[in-house]
Amino acid sequence: MTTIHKPGPRTVSTLLLTVIALLIVIPVGWVLVASLKTRSEFFGSPWTLPQGLHLQNYVDAFVTADMGRYFATSVLVTLLGLVLVLAVSVPAAYVVARYEFRGKGLVEMALLAGLFINVNYIVVPIFLMLVDWDRALIDLMPDGFFLDNPAMLALVYAATSIPFTIYLLSSYFRTIPGDFEEAALLDGASRFRIMTRVMVPMARPAVTTVILFNFLAYWNDFIIALTLLPGEGKTLQVGLLNLMTAQKAAADYGRLYAGMVIVIVPVLLVYALIQRRLIEGMAAGGVKG
Amino acid sequence: MTSTVTPPLGDTERKPGRTPAAAPGAATRRKRGDGRFVAVCLLPALALFALFMIWPTLSVFRMSLYSWSGFSAQERFVGLDNFAKLLDDQQFLRSFQNTVALLVIVTVVTMGLGLALAAVMTRQKLRGRNLYRFVLYIPNVLSVVVIAAIFSAVYDQENGLINGTLRLLSLDGLQQVWLGDQSVVIYSVAFAMVWQALGYYMVIYMASMASVPEELYEASALDGAGAGRQFFTITLPLIWETLRTTLTFFILSAVNLSFVLVRAMTGGGPDGSSDVLLSYMYQQAYTNSSYGYGMAIGVVVFAFSFLVSLLVSRATRRPPLQY
Repeated sequence: MTTIHKPGPRTVSTLLLTVIALLIVIPVGWVLVASLKTRSEFFGSPWTLPQGLHLQNYVDAFVTADMGRYFATSVLVTLLGLVLVLAVSVPAAYVVARYEFRGKGLVEMALLAGLFINVNYIVVPIFLMLVDWDRALIDLMPDGFFLDNPAMLALVYAATSIPFTIYLLSSYFRTIPGDFEEAALLDGASRFRIMTRVMVPMARPAVTTVILFNFLAYWNDFIIALTLLPGEGKTLQVGLLNLMTAQKAAADYGRLYAGMVIVIVPVLLVYALIQRRLIEGMAAGGVKG
Repeated sequence: MTSTVTPPLGDTERKPGRTPAAAPGAATRRKRGDGRFVAVCLLPALALFALFMIWPTLSVFRMSLYSWSGFSAQERFVGLDNFAKLLDDQQFLRSFQNTVALLVIVTVVTMGLGLALAAVMTRQKLRGRNLYRFVLYIPNVLSVVVIAAIFSAVYDQENGLINGTLRLLSLDGLQQVWLGDQSVVIYSVAFAMVWQALGYYMVIYMASMASVPEELYEASALDGAGAGRQFFTITLPLIWETLRTTLTFFILSAVNLSFVLVRAMTGGGPDGSSDVLLSYMYQQAYTNSSYGYGMAIGVVVFAFSFLVSLLVSRATRRPPLQY
């Protein structure tokens, strides 16, 4: 009997996973490296490293291509959207989880149905609605108010993520035992205080999850931003899309790659931070359990 | 048995219903002033939800019955004419075909590979599991524009990663115009979609597989079952509900992902050969200003994806297993 060296199943799976991981890392890493190349270095082999750190690409992207301004718009819209969605969804989720009221079944059903409404379908009617509102106000504000307004974009983001946010928060509120509220009630706390001082702090994990998901959704969106901000003020994603179109005409790769890095880095940083917290949280839970 | 829709990614078992313990005697403890508190808390959210989601959704259906070229006030009721016109629209049929092709290819590859990788990662306890998970999940946090930009660079005809590498290896014959060839472009889009979604589903399946009791595997190993047999007789049946939920959800989201990706990466080109249903709708609405016609396409997409999800959900129903 001869022994044949067959690769073990572990070797095969490690190999497979490594190949797939490389398929993800190489294109992303390639963009990071290429963003430092000079114009002439883009031609020829894609695997050559840049001679030096050609930071001019970043200056071009930030200043000439206005990515700096778009960055500020994106930060503003994302933060405002998060504040708005939390301000309206946290109280609503709490009430849905804890109170009985007339029409509750209907409200819950409507919100559940809302989970299946994708913004891609309704972005056209939303756009037309805002056009109508602007037209109605044309005497008061000839330049229009609702379109090309970052605050309005933030409001639309917040509104379209209400079903998901309430769904997640109210299922978490339901898992918190009622004893805490009863104790607070005996101490004479008002309904509002019970909600803000007792329940919301206890729901922190769910609130964090909601913030993370909505952050990614708002920061990464481009269909709504493209539609509702047709003018000069753009978000980062739409700005990047414009860079892509411009690059096709002018073959100016450096600026495009630098722009991509500007968009990718904040998201990767946030992701790396969450990931660590996630694993730490799981480990801590394991020790206690 | 009218609806089998499951909420996206919610573990169906973990629904924390209104048990007496969970809702602290809300009915028994009802006090004066509750009504006002409920109203103040609920109304802002409901108002926004109604204004920006329910009303626009109803508008889609209403507008699909009108012939309307946008900003002029001339709306003309045409009944189902828009839908009748769709049947003769070659470009509509092509984008429908593309949508179906992408759904089938991307669903099968993503789900199959996601399941296999998750099983391998959980069962074989590979070293560096956390690192693999971290890396494979990265595409899911990137925006669609970034993914489109990355793949435009990878697929670039002259200086792209693929063609550049092939030239380096003197394999010029394998070079393709990845985004410019009508018969290739749909596969290039499909690859980008799998690239984006794979890690997400793998992570979900890993979480689900982690809850399968270890004893089952030990017992079946004693009976001489191999890894493959264990996968089909233990893992797959026990995570079946998760699989169903993700499948339903995936179909809904793939319809949308294909749109945003096509919109950002190819714009439907070359010559409309990579158009999908929603990108064709968007194009009709904005470029062509046929809002009514565009919305009719929207209604068809909505009905189609809902129907497919429902059918898949029905077809995959199994009696729940107890363990």
